[in-house]
Amino acid sequence: MKNVWIICRKELKSYFASPIAYLVITCFALIWGYVFYMSTAEFVRYGFMAEMQGRSAPMNVNEMVIRPLLQFGATVALFLIPLITMRLFAEEKKTGTIELLMTSPVRDWEIILGKWLGALMLYLCVLAASGLNVALLFAFGKPDWKPILIGYLGLILQGGTLLAIGTFISTTTKNQIVAGGATFFACLLLWLLSWTAYDNSGSGQIMSYLSIVTHFEGFAKGVLDSKDVIFYFSMIFFALFLTSRSMESVRWRA
Amino acid sequence: MIKVQGLTKRYARTVAVDNISFEVEKGQIVGFLGPNGAGKTTTMRVLTCFLPPTAGTATVAGFDVLENPLEVKKRIGYLPETPPLYPEMEVSEYLIFVGRLKGISSADVDRRVGEVVERCAIGDVSNKLIGKLSKGYRQRVGLAQAIIHNPDVLILDEPTSGLDPKQIIETRELIKHLAGDHTIILSTHILSEVEHSCQRVVIINRGKLVATDSVENLTNRLRGAEAVALEVASSNGPLDPAMVQQRLEQVAGVSRVLPREVRDGRLAFEVESLQGRHIRADLARSVVEAGWNLNELRAVGLSLEDIFLQLTGGEKTPEPSAQNLAPKEGQA
Repeated sequence: MKNVWIICRKELKSYFASPIAYLVITCFALIWGYVFYMSTAEFVRYGFMAEMQGRSAPMNVNEMVIRPLLQFGATVALFLIPLITMRLFAEEKKTGTIELLMTSPVRDWEIILGKWLGALMLYLCVLAASGLNVALLFAFGKPDWKPILIGYLGLILQGGTLLAIGTFISTTTKNQIVAGGATFFACLLLWLLSWTAYDNSGSGQIMSYLSIVTHFEGFAKGVLDSKDVIFYFSMIFFALFLTSRSMESVRWRA
Repeated sequence: MIKVQGLTKRYARTVAVDNISFEVEKGQIVGFLGPNGAGKTTTMRVLTCFLPPTAGTATVAGFDVLENPLEVKKRIGYLPETPPLYPEMEVSEYLIFVGRLKGISSADVDRRVGEVVERCAIGDVSNKLIGKLSKGYRQRVGLAQAIIHNPDVLILDEPTSGLDPKQIIETRELIKHLAGDHTIILSTHILSEVEHSCQRVVIINRGKLVATDSVENLTNRLRGAEAVALEVASSNGPLDPAMVQQRLEQVAGVSRVLPREVRDGRLAFEVESLQGRHIRADLARSVVEAGWNLNELRAVGLSLEDIFLQLTGGEKTPEPSAQNLAPKEGQA
């Protein structure tokens, strides 16, 4: 476990030594902030209108601001995650530093887990940037905090899954652009699969089950379903397992 | 310390290393000599557990690279051909990272980093970003990361390639200083490098072992025959190249004469001797007795190519190494 932490820390430092961390955090904060502004403004306008018409409509910050915001954030994450994972292994393979890692007394899974955790840490930093907006809601209103926590847990789990997939893809190439592009495509595909949810046939249901997004919906609503948690955990495990297989094959082929 | 037996590494289409066996004793510096693409790097990668062998075994300090990779890795410091550096890190930060990765405890790592920084003379850049370092410094940082955990075995892949002459000398000195505590394998395609720093040589070509021997034996074997560059001119009129060549060939001990170039009536030749014959004095006498001017006469070092020709083609038995491969007593 000590080695995992050493590698994780190194990864996180590398992110902040390069523009990637700042780029990802800024992009996310800007987009999230804009959408936050729009949805809160809408919420406030709706409140005023209800008051002027003299009827007191049930107003819920959680339902009207936070849930769409979380869902939107989950979609934005799909686009940012390739930027985070593309360098993980591809860069090391290109510069040859992978030789240092693979000839150090460290197990393959420790390298993989360390790198994935490093990427996850950066992703947490990205999410932390969105926390500022949510904190504002607490300053001026009384949102329920439990659904928010569950929503963020969902974001982390979904992010962790996509990061694991990106980590796997990054081991398959030396070229960061290829790794990023392929990861982006994979994320997009997993997102598009949710569109098949309206198809009630068996294959449609399976496809929609595999979609990353359908499992997030519960979290966005503030519902913690063990089925979804298990789905994300098993996806993460599977992707990291594939990564270790891929590293093994790098050894045999390289 | 290191034992390689029947090592073979096959890639999809090519055989990079073909049935190589050799042993390295504790504390020795062994030169791995061969032209580019001979299989030096592949062999080193197998020894460092970066690549698994296709066939055969390799053990380091008694641990098999396939069965006990972690134990092997703990005992090996490896400097690949391009030093594995992270350009975005500072030198000291990088060395701490590698030290921790190699299993040095956080309490000891600062002390060890201080030691290797001093040993590799990189103190004045220890707070610089690696990306900003010159090639020579990068190589030294690479060496520092290889020795940080004080490994029993050091494997250095072309440690002096791409350095300027001063840096090459410094690196050689550094390697020599390390020799006492470590068993060192270094690869190179420069013969003089081996002569300077190594006690034993393993020569491979196209994945096959050509010879393993001590440096002295090998150089004696090579010195047995000498190659001489010779330039002849005449003060009265142009010379007939064929005639000069014929006369040179008649000198006792000459195996062959190669015409090199003709410029302004000066004729250049390269003359090779038979095994164990010194021909320079006789050549000079022969030229002068013919009434020609001897403009130049100097010994030419045998190139690596010549050595390969001598070791592979020149001898009847294709395996001159066989007698050297017999296991010796007292080897790890």
